[in-house]
Amino acid sequence: MSDVSLTVNGKRVSGSVEDRTLLVHFLRENLGLTGTHVGCDTSQCGTCVVHVDGRAVKSCTMLAAQASGSTIVTIEGLANGAELHPVQAAFKEHHGLQCGFCTPGMIMAATDMIARHPQGLDEATVRAELDGNICRCTGYHNIVKAILAASQAMSKGAKGKAKQAA
Amino acid sequence: MYSVNYHRAVSVADAAKLLKNGDAKLLSGGMTLIPAMKTRLAAPSDLVDVSRLKDLQGIKVSGKTVTIGAATTHYDVSADDKLRKACPALAHMASLIGDPAVRYKGTIGGSIANNDPAADYPAALLALGATIITNKREIAADKFFKGLFETALKEGEIITAVSFTAPAKAAYEKFRNPASRYAIVGVFVTKGKDGVRAAVTGAGEDGVFRSREIEAALAKAFDASALGGIKVPAKGLMSDIHASADYRANLIAVMAKRAVAAANA
Repeated sequence: MSDVSLTVNGKRVSGSVEDRTLLVHFLRENLGLTGTHVGCDTSQCGTCVVHVDGRAVKSCTMLAAQASGSTIVTIEGLANGAELHPVQAAFKEHHGLQCGFCTPGMIMAATDMIARHPQGLDEATVRAELDGNICRCTGYHNIVKAILAASQAMSKGAKGKAKQAA
Repeated sequence: MYSVNYHRAVSVADAAKLLKNGDAKLLSGGMTLIPAMKTRLAAPSDLVDVSRLKDLQGIKVSGKTVTIGAATTHYDVSADDKLRKACPALAHMASLIGDPAVRYKGTIGGSIANNDPAADYPAALLALGATIITNKREIAADKFFKGLFETALKEGEIITAVSFTAPAKAAYEKFRNPASRYAIVGVFVTKGKDGVRAAVTGAGEDGVFRSREIEAALAKAFDASALGGIKVPAKGLMSDIHASADYRANLIAVMAKRAVAAANA
């Protein structure tokens, strides 16, 4: 067993888990943060993306014990109360989803992508950067549109918490 | 995943000691090992996490000598300003591995210790004539990569860094499997003071190898036109559902031409 202690969405949390427990299962089952999804469970689809120490990684491919001591932001930690994070607002505005299953991972990957490209994004870069996030509804058109809009909004000063975290 | 005991090493010496536990394996970024454990293709009794060791982190460039810590992630290699000046081909290659989330976790030491026959780093290190530094000795890349998932590493040996002299010219081109994004063929070419080297990944039945035909042609003239009529033998190349050996042989010549053109650009 491992004692895991993390800061998740600004709160200190800890738990004792089997060493083989994946981070995504710790988040979902121990902490009840079910916004982070398990899609493929083979490191390909990106629905499980969360930020660990400011970097967007696949929480299905990391042990909870590996993450111990880290600061984590999940989809539940992006909004500021009732006010959506600019990336969430852009996904809503541009309808960047169909069934919604991939959306948490898309948004967590997008906030990281925008933070890494402060000079702005173009469509080709967004599509290339979404290499590790799969939308099985194939709704990429509006997802790309939403990320481009959020990138523009954030460069104009609408900074979300995740931007600082990432 | 089968049950496992996780240990976080506090130093390289500590990691070496922890590796003596049962059937222990080193854990770095875990981008191959954890998926293999989830599918039960790998079932180590113990994991020794070296990913947070400061001694294994970071990139140093001193003149033409580049040293990269074994636990440096693909993202950090791709984004390092000093490396992008000294050896832009390697930084670019790192930016083509996996996807952004994988590049944040996967490490150079993990990649070469695993020696997947379609991984990118083995081709780069072989073409760069790099030295692999472990907690016990230094191993030339030419002697390090032994076969499919096989290296010269001995029991309990830990890669701490890789080092190479930045070549005057270098480039990497790969033809990706559209689903897995792994190389069906990847070719890394370099032109340094010791001549031309061309290493091929994704294609060899025994993993990464140097193409003597490509190297001989480029030694005469380091130009894509020197590879005009080249025939790369299909013997010893993989045939699978993605590509036949003949197709891979042709792709090696095509990727080598593109790589040389990029290196000269």
